[in-house]
Amino acid sequence: MKQQHEKQRKAVALISGGLDSMLAVKVIQEQGIHVEGINFFTGFCVEGHTHAIRKKHKDKQKRNNALWVAEQLGIKLHIVDVVDEYKDILLNPVHGYGKNVNPCLDCKTFMVKKAVEWLKEHDFDFIITGEVVGQRPMSQRRETMPIVAKESGGDDLLVRPLSARQLPPTLPEREGWLDREKLYDFSGRTRKPQMALAAQFGFKDYAQPAGGCCMLTDENYAVKLQDMWTNRPSRDYELDDIIMLKMGRHFRLAPHLKIIIGREEGENNFMQGYKNQFVSIFPTSHPGALCLVDGEFKSDEELNQALALVARYSQGKNSPQVTLNIRQTDGTEQEYSIAPMATDAIKKEWLV
Amino acid sequence: MSNDITEHQLDARRLLCPLPVIRTQDAVNKLHSGDLLTVTSTDPGAKMDIPAWCRINGHEVTEIKEQDHEIIITIRVINQD
Repeated sequence: MKQQHEKQRKAVALISGGLDSMLAVKVIQEQGIHVEGINFFTGFCVEGHTHAIRKKHKDKQKRNNALWVAEQLGIKLHIVDVVDEYKDILLNPVHGYGKNVNPCLDCKTFMVKKAVEWLKEHDFDFIITGEVVGQRPMSQRRETMPIVAKESGGDDLLVRPLSARQLPPTLPEREGWLDREKLYDFSGRTRKPQMALAAQFGFKDYAQPAGGCCMLTDENYAVKLQDMWTNRPSRDYELDDIIMLKMGRHFRLAPHLKIIIGREEGENNFMQGYKNQFVSIFPTSHPGALCLVDGEFKSDEELNQALALVARYSQGKNSPQVTLNIRQTDGTEQEYSIAPMATDAIKKEWLV
Repeated sequence: MSNDITEHQLDARRLLCPLPVIRTQDAVNKLHSGDLLTVTSTDPGAKMDIPAWCRINGHEVTEIKEQDHEIIITIRVINQD
C-alpha cells in the first residue's frame, strides 16, 4: 500500500535560462521530485530581441535559453507574459533600484509571488530557485533573501537548493520531502562551486553563468529609459516603447523630439514594422538607414537637423546633398534634399 | 471534448522571442488533441524555439517551412483534452 510520505511531490522552478536555476532543478530532480519550470517575460530580456534583430549577432545561437534548459532537464516549461503587471514593479519598486534601473529585490519577490499563485492553481508542493546567498548585490544577500520569501508569500515553501544549508530548513526539508544533507551550501560571488557541480552533472553547454539577462541592469539601456521617462508626461510605457530602446542610435533633439536611426540591416528591417506608428525618414538617393521619429518637429531647424543626421548615417555622407523622403504614418511621403551633417556638428548632448 | 479535428492559424509576425512561443503556448492550451495549429513568425529564433517548446510539452511538429522571410510551423496537438 502506498504510504502518505510516498506521495509524488511536485516543485515549480523559476527558470531564467542560466546555470544556477538549471543546477537547482537537477539537484531537486535527483531527490525524486517532479519538477516543472516557469519563466516570466517582462519585456526586458536581453537575448531575445537584440539577437533576433541584429545581424551583428548572427553567430549567436538564436535560442531561448529557458526553453533550452528545460529540454536538457526533461521538464515542462510554462512561459508567462507579465509585461503589464511588471510595469508597477519597475515604476514603483518598494525597495528601490540597484545601480541602474533594476528593481531586483522587488522583481524577485514579484516572480516568486507569481510562482506561489501558479503553485496553488496547479496543486504543486513547493517552489525552487537558483538563488545563492551573496551572489548578487541586491536580491541575493543573506539579509534580503528572507524578505523575498516573506513578501512573496513563498515563506517556507521557497527552497534554494544551492544555498539551502546556509538558510533555515524549509517545509519540504522538515517534512522529509527533501533530504537537507543532499542540498548545497554555496555562498558568495565565486562561480567555482557551480562550475564543479555542472561538471558533476555532465552539463557542458550552458548560458553565461549569472549573466546579466535583464536590460534594466545595462547602463546604456538605463540611460535611454530614463531619457524616455524624463521627456514624456508619464513614465507609463508599452511593450513597443521598451523594445524600441533596444535598437538604433537615439538622438534627443528636443524634449518633444527624439529620432532613432537604425545601425544595420537587421534593425532597419525590424524598424520597418513601426512605419505605421511613427513618422519615418529614409534616404532615396543613397543606401542608408531608416529613421523613426518619436515626437514632432516644431520648427524647420529641428526638421533639418533630423534630415541632416539621417543623411550623415547614409552612404551619401560624403556627398554634397542627399535626397530623403519623410513618410507620414498614413503613407504619404514628401521629398527633401539636404547636406549631410558634419561629424563635428553632431552635439554630444543629443546622443542618448 | 470534441472528436472533430480542427485547423487553426496563429499570426505571430513581427513578434520577437519569446512572444511567438508564448502566443503558441496560449493557443495550443485552448485546443484539443489532434488539432492542428499553423504559426507564422518572422522571428528567426522561432525556428528553434517553437519546436523546442513542442518537444518539451509533447506536441508534434508536422512541418516547418520558410518563405518570404517568414517561418511557418505546423503543430499537431497531442494528449490534451
